[in-house]
Amino acid sequence: MYSHGSESLIKQAREIQDSELQKFYSRLVKLLQGKELGYETVDSLQRLHLILSANKYIRTLPPELQKRLQSLLSSPAEPFQVLSSAVLRETLPPAAHSGNYSQENIVQLNGHAAALLLSQAGSRADVSCLCTQLLRGLESRQSEGPTNSLSHTLPILNTILTHNPECLTEDHVTLLSKKLVDWLRYASILQGGGASSGGFFTGPRSRQPVPIAELDGTVSGDFFTVLCVGQSFTEDQWMNVFSFSALRHWLLTYHSVSNGNGTADTAHRLQLSLSLSHSHSFSNDDRSEVDGSVVSMVSVTSSCGRLLPPKERLREKSFQYCQRLIEQSDRKAHKKSDADLQKACLVEAVCILDCVCEEDASLVFRAFPCIKALFGRLSSDLSFARVLLPIAQFYLNHGEMAAVDCGSVWALVFGRFPSELFNDPFLAHELLRFLRLNLESLQLRVPQYTHSFPNLLKFLAWDSPAVVDDFVDLLPSLVTAGTAVELLHTLLDLPCLSATLVLQVRSTCLPISEQSGRGLLSLDAFRSPSFRGLFLFLLRGQAGSGDTIDRLSTLHELLVETADWPRVVQCAQIVPVLLHIFFNTVITVADEKLLAHLILVMLERSSLLLNIPKYNKEIHRVFSSHLLRLCKLHPSLVMDQSHELLEFSGATANVYSKEEVYTHVVWVLGEYLSVSCDSRCSVTLITSCFEALEAVLFEITSSVPPPGADCPAPRVVTTLMSALAKLASRSHDLIPRVSLFLSKLRTVTRDGSVAWCSDEEDLVAIVTRGEELWSLLKAPGVAQSVLTPPAHVTTPQWHRDTNVALPLRLRTLTNLTHSH
Amino acid sequence: MVRCFLIHTVCPVSALGAGESRVLYCRVFGPDESLFTDQEREFSPEERRVLQREQTAVVARQVRSAASFSRGAAGRLLMEALPGEEALALQEADSGVLRLRAGDPFTEEMSALWLGVQSLGFTLVCEPHENLLLAEGTLRTLTRHCLEHLHLLGPGSEVLLRSDRIDALLSRLLPHGQLLFLNHRFAHSLEKEVAAYMTK
Repeated sequence: MYSHGSESLIKQAREIQDSELQKFYSRLVKLLQGKELGYETVDSLQRLHLILSANKYIRTLPPELQKRLQSLLSSPAEPFQVLSSAVLRETLPPAAHSGNYSQENIVQLNGHAAALLLSQAGSRADVSCLCTQLLRGLESRQSEGPTNSLSHTLPILNTILTHNPECLTEDHVTLLSKKLVDWLRYASILQGGGASSGGFFTGPRSRQPVPIAELDGTVSGDFFTVLCVGQSFTEDQWMNVFSFSALRHWLLTYHSVSNGNGTADTAHRLQLSLSLSHSHSFSNDDRSEVDGSVVSMVSVTSSCGRLLPPKERLREKSFQYCQRLIEQSDRKAHKKSDADLQKACLVEAVCILDCVCEEDASLVFRAFPCIKALFGRLSSDLSFARVLLPIAQFYLNHGEMAAVDCGSVWALVFGRFPSELFNDPFLAHELLRFLRLNLESLQLRVPQYTHSFPNLLKFLAWDSPAVVDDFVDLLPSLVTAGTAVELLHTLLDLPCLSATLVLQVRSTCLPISEQSGRGLLSLDAFRSPSFRGLFLFLLRGQAGSGDTIDRLSTLHELLVETADWPRVVQCAQIVPVLLHIFFNTVITVADEKLLAHLILVMLERSSLLLNIPKYNKEIHRVFSSHLLRLCKLHPSLVMDQSHELLEFSGATANVYSKEEVYTHVVWVLGEYLSVSCDSRCSVTLITSCFEALEAVLFEITSSVPPPGADCPAPRVVTTLMSALAKLASRSHDLIPRVSLFLSKLRTVTRDGSVAWCSDEEDLVAIVTRGEELWSLLKAPGVAQSVLTPPAHVTTPQWHRDTNVALPLRLRTLTNLTHSH
Repeated sequence: MVRCFLIHTVCPVSALGAGESRVLYCRVFGPDESLFTDQEREFSPEERRVLQREQTAVVARQVRSAASFSRGAAGRLLMEALPGEEALALQEADSGVLRLRAGDPFTEEMSALWLGVQSLGFTLVCEPHENLLLAEGTLRTLTRHCLEHLHLLGPGSEVLLRSDRIDALLSRLLPHGQLLFLNHRFAHSLEKEVAAYMTK
């Protein structure tokens, strides 16, 4: 498929010498001067295209060649149109090009030349120019004219509309709306005449016009749509396809077109509707007056359409078209590609109905029965899940107005879809987009939204790289005070969910009797009844049945072999990001009690995580930073959870297995366990904390680390020492103990190396810190103000301080009075 | 509307770094988006082109990453389909869709649908509100035609030298980036025109 040959071609194209290139140019010019342009010319043009496109930087062609290529754009042979357009797209447009836009007429160009013109547009004015030309072409056109220029009008207009709706005027909107109505609703219902059998025996019978058919073969009894077939098609039937293809975009954007203010608009519209009812008989293009126009069976109110102004008329016809499509999609198509098209048409039809109902609320009552019936038809078939999403959008937008119960819709969107279709990347993308776009509305109208995170997170657990962006946006809305703890547990166990989903999919693929050939213990465990409950908890759909399970460590053991599975690894990489978002959001909704509970969860879970390389470390880092932040915001939390924090910091094993978290726990204890932070703090508490930390410090500085563990980082030792000093400064009886320890430390380390510190420089740093603390503690009063500073020192408000405020005030006044 | 259509590598390329992708074909539709964003100064055509190239390179890289994750996670071996087995190759293809945030790399948010057939990726970048079912179907059709008419299942560099064929294909099935609702009869009619072009 892709080989060294291709690579070397690109290399050659990039590295072509200038002299060789000039020779090539002149050879090509000679070829183009010839009368017959043959295979060699095509080949050379293809090579030229490769040379030009291989580089990021643009080349300029010699003017002669440029001119020749420009004239090639209107060649009767299509390959030359295509090639010249492609080549010219890769070069600089000729200077003073903007003049060309008003001189050339895009309507007369073929599709390839038009594409070139569009891509070379240098300014908004150029684009506006093209737009005006196209619409003028539409207006003046009678029935003749080259087909291809007309068929490209709608796509080009559509793309201009995407970027620059302001270049359309109100008149343009009217014109286009009328045209669209004609093409959508009044296209011919007979097959194109091109397919005559020809030959000797063609008689009037074989030339009799045949009506179009539906996808299941029956003769069509209503107006033409994209789901109608025939042997060949007439021009207006082609325009029907183009019109429907552009319709939704047109309906979405045409009201950003404006020609004036709102009040003038209504008067204008009234005027327009009056003039329309008079001018109908004069208009050649308005096909609705032609005899034999099909009275649609779909819409009963088609007669009203004649009195409506163009925009409203388009809305009405679009409505009818969509209803017909919905009916046509129920037919059994003979071909698979048509069945797929029916699904796409359903999506489009529902979206368009949603769009027109937004504009005209009275249409809701006509639309809802149809949508409801469609929902009833499709809701049990998961292969139509992607069609059900636009239906859900419709219910969300208009359900309240129509007083319809949407419960079954949400049960699908938040229940069945995530739990059964988590591995469909397209559904995931569309469902998450639906959530993102309607977040406020959903939070208001769907009470189970915030409890559906176990299901929604399945999308993330399955394919985290593809959807993590969506969850970064959605996660804050899922954090509520009621579910925060369960959500935290769920996020921490997301890699386990990942593994479980893989097992679930594998389990359905492999027959139950077959032994998992590669000795997959996890798969056996997944299928075994004794562990079923564990996995079922992870696979639950709704929150509220419990924060987590007791046998979490068992689950982690069962899943230990999954730690290197790609999905699990990728999932583990994004959990820290989500945790940051979680904590940042939870502080805005949680009270102190909940925050205290979260601290507890952090302490517990720091040793209860699936054993994936680097995962533990990363989670510990996240925990540490947020522990710090929480305690800084609410220092009394340390008092609330003093028992657990003390227990944690008193266990020496934690120094080695959870160094990061341990360091921070010790730090917060040292910093916030004081009377100034919380009046409940007692001398007994400070003393017991001191003793716990002292014991640990003794232990780690007097023995070798346990087998398998590294030496504790210097930071742990210094943090412990600082914490002890801080606590001692608050309860002066403890000072002698600290001083004793610090002087002992100095003595012991004078020999040089110690068993618990491998680096000499680190040891020096530790000892230095020890000495600093020791000297500080010699003056207890000073120590107290340094180590436990009162609030006004740590949260300065310089403008209030009498001494510091003066210079600040003077500076401000000077700046204010300074004339610029 | 479809903003662009790319064909690029999703396999390791020796001349490039790990994770990089070589863009073999790139077609951007419509006027350049930088014309319509509010900026301090207007870009020159050269700058616009460089910007466009860099944007498509970013998309190709992201699709490459998504495709290799998808393949790695599925754990299947890449089977080499032979010329003539285009339908099979398409059936076995990995597929997915990426969200491209506003500003990264396009000014507005986009969705990138991709199909990975052996060593090549076929990507359609379209506006997020677009009918993705239709886009997916169109992408599959385009890919099938590319595989057939450019003989991609054999050894070949035809993508590079026969890019006009892709242009002709796109002008029919995706004119100026417009996705079309084509039933099998309309599609057949267009495919006849395409086949006629290929024989010229």
